[in-house]
Amino acid sequence: MDNPEESRGFVFSKESLRKKFRWSEFLSEKIITGVGFLSITIIILIFFFVFKESIPIFYTKKAAVKVESVQKQEQYGVDTNVAVNASGQEQYGVTARDSLMTENQPLAEDTVVHGSDVATAKSLLGTKWMPVSDNPRYGLIPLFVGTLKITLIAMLFAAPIAILAALFSASFAPYWLREFIKPAIELLAGFPSVVIGFFALMVMATFFQNLFGYDGRLNAFVGGVAMALAAIPIIFTITEDALTAVPRTYTEASLALGATRWQTALFVTLPAATPGIFAAILLGIGRVFGETMIALMATGNAAMIGINPFESVRTLAATIGAEMAEVVFGDTHYNVLFLIGSLLFIFNFSLNALAEFYVKGKLVKRFQGKQS
Amino acid sequence: MKETKIKTRDLSLYYGAKMALNSITMDIPEKEVTAFIGPSGCGKSTFLRTLNRMNDLIPGVRITGEVLVDSLNIYDKQIDVVNLRKKVGMVFQKSNPFAKSIFENVAYGPRINGINNKTKLEEIVESSLKKAFIWEEVKDRMNDSAMALSGGQQQRMCIARTLAVEPEIILMDEPASALDPISTAKIEELIHELKKSYTIVIVTHNMQQAARVSDLTAFFYLGELIEYGKTRKIFTTPDKKHTEEYITGRFG
Repeated sequence: MDNPEESRGFVFSKESLRKKFRWSEFLSEKIITGVGFLSITIIILIFFFVFKESIPIFYTKKAAVKVESVQKQEQYGVDTNVAVNASGQEQYGVTARDSLMTENQPLAEDTVVHGSDVATAKSLLGTKWMPVSDNPRYGLIPLFVGTLKITLIAMLFAAPIAILAALFSASFAPYWLREFIKPAIELLAGFPSVVIGFFALMVMATFFQNLFGYDGRLNAFVGGVAMALAAIPIIFTITEDALTAVPRTYTEASLALGATRWQTALFVTLPAATPGIFAAILLGIGRVFGETMIALMATGNAAMIGINPFESVRTLAATIGAEMAEVVFGDTHYNVLFLIGSLLFIFNFSLNALAEFYVKGKLVKRFQGKQS
Repeated sequence: MKETKIKTRDLSLYYGAKMALNSITMDIPEKEVTAFIGPSGCGKSTFLRTLNRMNDLIPGVRITGEVLVDSLNIYDKQIDVVNLRKKVGMVFQKSNPFAKSIFENVAYGPRINGINNKTKLEEIVESSLKKAFIWEEVKDRMNDSAMALSGGQQQRMCIARTLAVEPEIILMDEPASALDPISTAKIEELIHELKKSYTIVIVTHNMQQAARVSDLTAFFYLGELIEYGKTRKIFTTPDKKHTEEYITGRFG
């Protein structure tokens, strides 16, 4: 240490203290920023794409109409071979409607589709989801009802089970058991939903049918319970974290006042963790709302409106999952599916935002004593 | 000397294999203030917590020997810990109000004991807050969050909360260590007042505080009870050299 300049690596002088441009710093900083912005941009672009594709429903766009008319033409060609053959000949009168359509293709078809397009926007609020029929109707109400029904059933099962399990794990379980339970249930969160769906389809459906003796094997109840299986790990984990985050001093204060462990858990720990539990339930709802595979496999997929839990339902997400592959590009049906996508997106986005901001605000207020 | 309230007989405590308290035998008299002093990690807080079995909460703790409260061994298998803690209340180092209103905080104890009558609860809350000298400060904002109180007020409210379950013994674990001098003075004044009706055991880091508030002082060092006697004697003519060195500030 005779020569401090040597160990420090530079001579302390005006020259050595001048600002330096460091390439590696500059590059790594830019790359990290770039990647960050890239991911945000991708999300925004996806949202815009989904949203954009759903917009044509609210207008009668020429482009969409044209594509549809071409498609219709093909279909007619295949289906009504006779009519096409006959169109120029004597049998004119027999298939009057068909041939008229075929002959005056551009005009007639245009007006027809035009008419149904306007009707589409109105039929969105209708009670019938019949996208593939002569007179397609795109009522979203049954899909909404179906989704809400499933969500409600799933939450009725998942929320109490998950919260009580979390309470047990956080307040009662011995240390070694807790160390085992939590990771085990968290592993379940990564369980492929197709496996849960399969289990619901093969095992639960039969079991519940034998138990309750209803007719339709696959219905909202089976789907809801299966969804609960998917939502429980999420609700459990977040609730457990919220409960463990309650300061130990609370528990001690309560116990020192002669409260039992149950009283402490119910009246002190649980209330102190409410914001976190609320967030957990919201995220659970989000999971169920967007769940596709289980809905497809276990709910029966008939778009029905009713309060009977043992009726088949069709959810928003399952509708996209089932129909997107078969829909005609640019068709009204196609646009409506994208509209459903946007709705799901907006719904989940608001749920997450609510969970985030509500919880933060609430916690801050509570622990800074700004409310009673 | 007044009647003995708490007796410990050869009380030892282990965290796993490590011995934290070594065979402690002492008698704590009724309606007096007994102070535990000693350097950090000497076992005084641990010992305090054995008196209402708060150490039960810590995994891996093993206890041998006896603690007798009113001649009953509280480590007997027949003893109900919940009722024991109603009799032996505790005030913690860091004030720990629940995130509830002031009223709900103080009413919590009576409530879990099954008192639901609103008038009765109000009576209990009022008298407890009065006993803790904080009624005048909070009577107009009973429904405000207890979190909005100052540190000193929170601590006195926590004492009121403890008083609301009508204990006979109050254990205080450095109740004023996080408070400013004025709040500390209020707590000390309160302790003087409370000892008329309660047996108080207080752990403190602050030797002046021990000298001011206590009738008896016990000096702990490395898990052992080194010396125990009248506060005045301990602070003026201690028998053990160790005690003298600690009190005069030569170590600790």
